[in-house]
Amino acid sequence: MSAAPVPADAPESPYARIARDFAASPLALGALAAFALLLLAAVCAPLISPQNPYDLAQLDVLDSRLPPGSTGADGQTYWLGTDEQGRDVLSAIFYGLRISLGVGAISTLAALAIGVAAGLAAGYFGGRVEALLMRVVDLQLSFPAILVALILLALLGQGIGKTIAALVVVQWAYYARTVRGTALVERGKEYMEAARGLGLPASRIVFRHLLPNCLPPVIVVATVQVAAAIALEATLSYLGIGVPITEPSLGLLIKNGFDYMLSGKYWISFFPGLALVLVIVSINLVGDRLRDVLNPRLQR
Amino acid sequence: MTATLEVENLRTHFFTRAGVVKAVDGVSFAIGPGRILGLVGESGSGKTVTGFSIMGLVDPPGRVVEGRILLEGRDLATLDEDGWRAVRGRRVAMIFQDPMMTLNPVLRIDTQMVEAVLAHERVSREAALDRAREALVKVGIPSPDERLRAYPHQFSGGMRQRVAIAIALLHRPALIIADEPTTALDVTIQGQILAEMQALVREAGTSLLWITHDLAVVAGLADEVCVMYAGRAVEQGPVDAVLDAPLHPYTRGLIDSVPSRNRRGAPLAQIPGNTPSLLALPQGCAFRMRCARATETCLAEPPLYPTDDRRVRCFHPIHAEDEAWTG
Repeated sequence: MSAAPVPADAPESPYARIARDFAASPLALGALAAFALLLLAAVCAPLISPQNPYDLAQLDVLDSRLPPGSTGADGQTYWLGTDEQGRDVLSAIFYGLRISLGVGAISTLAALAIGVAAGLAAGYFGGRVEALLMRVVDLQLSFPAILVALILLALLGQGIGKTIAALVVVQWAYYARTVRGTALVERGKEYMEAARGLGLPASRIVFRHLLPNCLPPVIVVATVQVAAAIALEATLSYLGIGVPITEPSLGLLIKNGFDYMLSGKYWISFFPGLALVLVIVSINLVGDRLRDVLNPRLQR
Repeated sequence: MTATLEVENLRTHFFTRAGVVKAVDGVSFAIGPGRILGLVGESGSGKTVTGFSIMGLVDPPGRVVEGRILLEGRDLATLDEDGWRAVRGRRVAMIFQDPMMTLNPVLRIDTQMVEAVLAHERVSREAALDRAREALVKVGIPSPDERLRAYPHQFSGGMRQRVAIAIALLHRPALIIADEPTTALDVTIQGQILAEMQALVREAGTSLLWITHDLAVVAGLADEVCVMYAGRAVEQGPVDAVLDAPLHPYTRGLIDSVPSRNRRGAPLAQIPGNTPSLLALPQGCAFRMRCARATETCLAEPPLYPTDDRRVRCFHPIHAEDEAWTG
């Protein structure tokens, strides 16, 4: 009998291997930890915020525009200062993170689902389906994302749901193009022929065999695109056409404080801006590492 | 005894922008139960496309334009997509060339094998798993339980090819098409797998179509051989007869090209020239330009001459007296 090299350890799934490779980079681990903290702050915002920034009864106009670290009229400390309505900037950032991350995550997931489905259909079936889908993608990608989003929001109006819809429309094409490219490559591999040779139904071949093998590049694109979606939402909100003023995201918080930047009250814009930068940089660092780990050409 | 597989005058053409590529252009053969047919040819001679045609896996722009494929007496051309799916994997199974790519890299072996069982039979997962375990034991994989939980990348090439063979055997198919499954393996592993395949098909009465470019493999494994050149079957017959006394100059050239056939120190024999492009085949016999025996007669299309149990597509077949003369 042939003596195949038998790995001594228990079978390691490809995902376990990816996790191990990922952890080899301290920078990426640090970025992941930072992102996890930010995510935790967003999820637990109602529990850890000193104040509910949406509750006007809790705001004291006398405390408006206090610098970081000052003590308010009721004796509480504003660690990051207050804005022009006397809102605690730290609490506003926690709640703003919620909106920003939520909008980014939901729009990315929705765009991912649509884009992956379109890309798989184009890559697997080919022919007219592919030609049609890919021309739509080309058309979509030939416009700047911000322009498409601006036009859509101008037509749809303001609101969180509408902002998400605009982000989905802007983003799905990236996923569709990525998945289609990978699907074309994977489709030609022998295990796909072998799966067909086994007499498996098409749906099973597409979802069980093709999809998992197309995922690595999509995961990389998705991490980068989450950051892009958050930045785009911040931009739209900064321009005043994104999320409504009653539920401020980070972009809107930056906008609110921007008028005071030149009068020395930097904290109203600066700290939300810092939070936004942290979110985007940490996600991008994680995404970069994932790309290194998942790219077969960079391995070995 | 009726044949498991009968292929009659198969023609599979690819309709590309550059023109019609006649990848398979008139191939006929039959395989009886428990018999092994070696389909031999160089790259691009159409042997793989022949296998794919039998599996119904030829993708556009390719199409089977003519010919009949009878599997257990049933004409496969009449099948719709559902009918094909019921045949593939169950009555006819395929083993592929590259052991690195023939298994899905992200799925565990048990997932892939159970899926293969469940594709054609309504049994429980446990029953399917038992079948998978049995199949692995049959192809000589030790500690199958541990192996079932492993991923393909944890297997060596030979092990992977054994798993592929085990998957092919799951439904006891009437026919297995093996497309150069040992080409990428070490000779020792190749030898083991050949011997095991031979024993397995003899025992189960399975017919085996072994596609290869390696005459040594055919000599040791097959009962009959069909030599293809540029999409056509140029010579076929019992393996000993064809290899000992080839009738077609191309078969002769192939046999002489095997290094071991030459004396040590003597220059290696080779067939002059290259395989012609399938888009620009010469008129008449496709081997004409490379053939020492070619005459003006060869400008016409040579028919397939039946001689006893042999068939050869040549106007000037090699005869025993020529052999004595050329040495």
